[in-house]
Amino acid sequence: MSKREISLSINGKAHTAAMEPRLSLLDFLRDEVGLTGTHVGCEHGVCGACSILFDGAPIRACLMLAVQADGHAITTVEGLCNEDGSAGTLQDAFQDAHGMQCGYCTPGMLISAQALLAHNSDPSLAEIKDAIGGNLCRCTGYVQIIEAIQLAARRLREAGP
Amino acid sequence: MKAAKFDYIPAESIDEVVAALDRGNGETIIIAGGQSLMPMLAMRLATPATVVDINNIAQLSGIEVNEGEVVIKACTRQATALASPLVQAHLPLLAKAIGHVGHQQTRNRGTVGGSLCHADPASEIPLAALAMDAHVGLRSVAGTRQLPLADYFLGPMMTARKDNEILLSVHFPLGPDGARTGTAFHEVSERHGDFAVVAAAAHVQMDANGHCSKAALAIGGADAVPRRITGLEARLLGTMIDRNIIAAALPEIANAITPGDDQHAPSAYRRRVASVLAERALLEAVAGAAP
Repeated sequence: MSKREISLSINGKAHTAAMEPRLSLLDFLRDEVGLTGTHVGCEHGVCGACSILFDGAPIRACLMLAVQADGHAITTVEGLCNEDGSAGTLQDAFQDAHGMQCGYCTPGMLISAQALLAHNSDPSLAEIKDAIGGNLCRCTGYVQIIEAIQLAARRLREAGP
Repeated sequence: MKAAKFDYIPAESIDEVVAALDRGNGETIIIAGGQSLMPMLAMRLATPATVVDINNIAQLSGIEVNEGEVVIKACTRQATALASPLVQAHLPLLAKAIGHVGHQQTRNRGTVGGSLCHADPASEIPLAALAMDAHVGLRSVAGTRQLPLADYFLGPMMTARKDNEILLSVHFPLGPDGARTGTAFHEVSERHGDFAVVAAAAHVQMDANGHCSKAALAIGGADAVPRRITGLEARLLGTMIDRNIIAAALPEIANAITPGDDQHAPSAYRRRVASVLAERALLEAVAGAAP
């Protein structure tokens, strides 16, 4: 039950840390690294609030052990900001389109939307719904979240590659 | 909602895995994608002494066509299988089934083999694999063995895989060249991506004269294990399947399943839905096999 040391990249920065094997990647990111943007919802893989990008692909951080991230690259919602720390295009669009109410699901929604827009700059409504299908929101009815993702996609297209 | 303590072995070879399982006396468990195991650890429904991680073993990932079969290695991600041209071309029923499995966040981690090891009676991958006459490759320190899925599912989340065995691969037989086949997968679930309340997988094959040369219908979520409805299949075989022949065979389903009552649906509802989904899946599969 001894601690294991791992090395990984988080939002582009190299980290080395030691933890008990039973620690979830979610708890590691929040409690050890201090990145509390990734939210704790259900802790058993149902709600999507803890979504992160793992080697570029969206996954649920509560359904991985931190030790399994050894050698991998993680992006959390904090990593979606611009380099100066201001809100990125997607985050701006969520604000402008009122794509949140209580904000609890927002980090997971942003990560799922980021994963979608990274390979699809002009997603259909069905593709957006599929992309955020694993993220529960209990406030908005999803409509404004979808509008925010459409707004971000339009801005990204207008900005060009 | 925090896992109990356990030892962790990041295995680098299959030999290392089976040796650890053998030492473990049933207290050692494999983690693959973790999409079922992690919640069980968090809720302490599973409290293993040791967790063996197989994610870094390259030989356990990949999809290939061997003589007469498609082989999916156990740790292949569900998302990888869904996107695979081999799966799309040769295993359309599996692709249809995986489309119902969870969400992109879970399919990016969840594995084909893990779903078969977890063996939830309502899960989609085991159901499709059963309808496709798949078998699994298992290995322990004593050696390897092949087991047809017909003999694999023993009960809810119980399989014939022994505690000291790793599931290495899933083998899907290919139909004869030029055979006309049709497949369909239908389910009722509370939300898309949830476990099915009831699901039906159909796989039919027609000969050159339009007679049914193979019929498979499997029903999930309506019994302790996914069930092939062999009585119904026998009534379709050799016929030029049409709506009336399917309708006449549907009552066979009731004899083959024993659905339970739970918070999701009562038994009678599951029986009714099983029949409706079976009819829908068979009609679609037959249409898909038409010239």
